[in-house]
This record gives sequence, C-alpha cells and structure tokens, in this order.
Amino acid sequence: MSALEQWIAFQTILVKEIRRYIRIWPQTLLPPAITMTLYFVIFGALIGKRIGEMGGFSYMQFVVPGLIMMAVVTNSYSNIVSSFFGAKFGHSIEELLVSPVPNWIILAGFVVGSVSRGLLVALIVTVLSLFFADLHVQHMGVTILVVLLTAILFSLFGFINAVFANSFDDISIVPTFILTPLIYLGGVFYSLDLLPDFWEGVSRLNPLVYVVNGFRYGVLGVSDVNVTFALAMISLFTVVTLVYCLHLLKSGKRLRE
Amino acid sequence: MTAALRIKDLTKVYGNQVHALKGISLEVERGDFFALLGPNGAGKSTTIGILFSLINKSSGTVEICGVDIDKDFPGAKKHVGIVPQEFNFNMFEKVEHIVVTQGGYYGLSREVAAARAEKYLKKLELWDKRNEVARSLSGGMKRRLMIARALVHEPDLLVLDEPTAGVDIEMRRTMWDFLKELNERGTTIILTTHYLEEAENLCRNIAIIDSGRIVHHGSMRDLLRQLHTETFLLDSKVVLPASVAIPGFSTRRLDDRCLEVVVDKDQGMNDLFAELSRQGIEIDSLRNKTNRLEEMFVSLLS
Repeated sequence: MSALEQWIAFQTILVKEIRRYIRIWPQTLLPPAITMTLYFVIFGALIGKRIGEMGGFSYMQFVVPGLIMMAVVTNSYSNIVSSFFGAKFGHSIEELLVSPVPNWIILAGFVVGSVSRGLLVALIVTVLSLFFADLHVQHMGVTILVVLLTAILFSLFGFINAVFANSFDDISIVPTFILTPLIYLGGVFYSLDLLPDFWEGVSRLNPLVYVVNGFRYGVLGVSDVNVTFALAMISLFTVVTLVYCLHLLKSGKRLRE
Repeated sequence: MTAALRIKDLTKVYGNQVHALKGISLEVERGDFFALLGPNGAGKSTTIGILFSLINKSSGTVEICGVDIDKDFPGAKKHVGIVPQEFNFNMFEKVEHIVVTQGGYYGLSREVAAARAEKYLKKLELWDKRNEVARSLSGGMKRRLMIARALVHEPDLLVLDEPTAGVDIEMRRTMWDFLKELNERGTTIILTTHYLEEAENLCRNIAIIDSGRIVHHGSMRDLLRQLHTETFLLDSKVVLPASVAIPGFSTRRLDDRCLEVVVDKDQGMNDLFAELSRQGIEIDSLRNKTNRLEEMFVSLLS
C-alpha cells in the first residue's frame, strides 16, 4: 500500500472507532461523567472538608488529577477491549485481516481511537472538576505527555486483553480484578507519605502510582515519586507493550488459525 | 500471462495434528470461472482460509495474480476479493457504511468507495436497503451484501465460498447472471458450492478435493465426458404396462407413469424412443434423475 492508501486505511479505522463510541455515548461518555461527579461530591466536597489538606493542597485539589487519570486509564482500556473483542467475536475483524492494511496501521487505528475516547472523557471530567476545585496547570508539557502516554499504554494493554479473550467474561476480569484495585491503591485518594514504610515500598511496585503522580506533578507541581523516573517507566512500558502487540498481530495468535 | 491463482504443494497441519491439506497443487487461469468442490471437511475452507489470510499455511507456495503471498501478502491481497461462508460484518452497521468502510481498508478515497458502493449495491438490488442496519436484512440479502463488499476494490480474482447457500431460487438465478456478467468482464471467479447444478452451469474448470488431496483437476466438459452412464426419468402419457423391457437399456418402472432408464454414453436416445413408440408408450417429458456433475462427483469420491 502506498503512504496515501495507508493514511486512508488508518483514517477509516479511526473514524469507525470514534463513530462507535459516539453512537453509544450513554454507555461510553455519560457514565464516567456521572461517576466522577459523585467522586467529586462525596470524596471532595463532603468527606474532603473533614480531611483537610494533603500534600499542601485541599483534598479536592489533591484528588482531581488522580480521578482524571482514573478516567483516562479505564476508558482507554475499556474502549479497545470491547471494540476489538467485539469485532473478533462477531468475526468482523476478518474485514481488516483479509485487506492489505499493515498490522501497525490496524493497531494504530484502534489505539488512537481508544486514546481519543480517553482524552475526551478526561476533558469532560476536567471541565466538571472545575465546578469543585480551583486548578492551575503547573507543567503543561509533563501533563500532556503523561496523559498521552498513559492513554496509549492502557489502550495497548486493552488490546492484549482483547486478543487473548475468548468470552465477554474474559474482557471484564482484568478491569475488575486487576485494574480497579491497582487504580485505587495507586495514590488517587491519598499520598504515599501516609503509608507505613513497608506499604509505601510495596506501592512503588504499582505502575499506576507513577501514572497518577506524574500527572499530579504536571497539574499541581507535587509528586510522591521522581517524575523523570515515572516518565521513563511509562515510556519503557509503552514501547515494550507496543512491540508485543505488533508481534501478536504478526503471528496471528488467537486471530488466525 | 500469469495465472490468477497458482498453488503448489500446499499443506496445512492444525495444532491437533489434523492434516487438512496434504500437498495440493492447483492453477486457475485468468478469466476462468472455476469450481472448487468437495465434501464437508475435504479441505476447501482451509484452502480458501489460506487465501483469506485467516489460516496460516504449513508449507507450499501460493501466488495470487503472480504475487507470492510469502513475499508480499498485502500486495497479493489487493488482487483478491473474498465472500466467506459465514456472515462476517458488523450487524449493527448500515449496509452502505459496511461497503464504504471496506473500500477504505483498501486505500480507496471516500468518494471512490461511495461511488463503487452505490454501483454494486444497485447491481445486487440492495440500494434501497443502504440505510438499514445489516442485521435487519434477510439471509439472501446478507450474502449479496458480502458480494458487494468483496467487489468494492474491484479485484482481479473473486473467491466465493458457498455464496448462494440459503438464497431462494429466483435470487440465486439473479446472482448467477450477475456473476456470469462479472466473469465476462474479466474477473476470475473461484466458486465453492454444494449445489452441483450451480457449478455445472457456471464453471468452465473444476477441481475436486477430498481428504486434503485433489482428486480431479481439469475442464468441466472433460470431467462430464468421463461419465459413462446417465439416468433419465421418463413421464409417460399413458399408464405403463406392469413390466417394461427395452432391449439394450436398463429400466425400472417407478410408478404407473414414470420410467427410469439408464443410458450408456455410447447409446443413442433415438433407439430408446423408437422402442418405446413401438411398444405404444408415448413420452410426455424427460429429465435427468440427478445432476450429471453430481453423478460424477459421487463416482469420484466413492
């Protein structure tokens, strides 16, 4: 395929993906808006007042970056896992597999589609958060880099889940039993300083800690971890996962016999 | 001129050690209307799956319009359009959108893809349904939608895996006319079907595959010429006598007015009718008991 044909194929997949989640917006865009508003009201406005300051900020200001990242992670992941597995389950993925579209374009189309949903939800949640907290982004470059890399990384994780899934149960196991606990224990609602040394050490093994703190540094200028290290780890994970996803597509594992 | 499809020593061994293809070789000339027949589990779908790139071959070579799939599979895929046996489109997408999107996967601009979608949906009598979601279509319409989708990039080679399964007879004949027209305009067509009458009517060349091996590969005419006998059913205008004997012919009285006659290929029908006339049996109509290709097919596989 020429570069122009590849670009058209990429656009086709991307537009199809965006149309899919826009068409079913009550299932894709509305729930995170409602859930996050409830978080802001309960943890920020009601309970947060009793907690007081954390990391030098009001509790509401402290949790907002974590909640935005939570929305990015869950939406990037769930978009690709449901879309790609749905296509695999209904065999419509064969439309792509029989076509001359290179594997990296297929992956790019699905990943960018999921990233776009993650970023759109992040935007919605950010706008909602402004009703509850006063936010001033401290490091715009870091903020954008972390949110983009995180959306890409979790889209790639979702893709792997979709490739290996055999049933709809398989695509809900990882988000429910792995992703959600990691997010909740990833420093969204508390600073690692509050933990005993042992549990603080254990928490540092959680990749979500780096995602949440990297973003919090970009927005508030504070972090429990070294931001350069956090960015390096997110980048490294993204590259390794990307290479693995391309390998899965090339080998045809669970897609071709 | 390169062949539309050239397969050499193709094998496929599945993970459970099932040898689905045991070294098949096949050549389909450009412009041909080719039948790939075989019983269930013979290896047809595996062969086609390898062309689809949905099944990885174990060994052997496959060239599509001169392009080796091992060297340039994307380049080879551009030449081929696939109509699979199972419906494999998103049932919640609109008909026109399914075809236009497939065009995009082949690098066609939206304008070109939309124009081609209109052309083929109209030809296949689906244009009125273009804004309906695919799941609302009947089985026959869904099959036609898959044909329109496979043609959007105007491939040199069209592979149809049982395209008329579940299609009513009127629509089947419309589809035959459409496929004949497509073939006359230069598209090479490979057809698998369980309707042997369909293969006999449409195809010039044929390969029969059984247990992963090609048991016949040649022209349809040559194959049918190998048929030594044909069985006819004769409907009589008058009530047949209790016993009908015609010298030189094997006969069987099926009921009061129907006679089954087996005719060798070197026997003339005139002799048969002359003898029937002599016995006062006037024939109203005559038909083949089974399709000729079906008889040959059964004979080759038995």
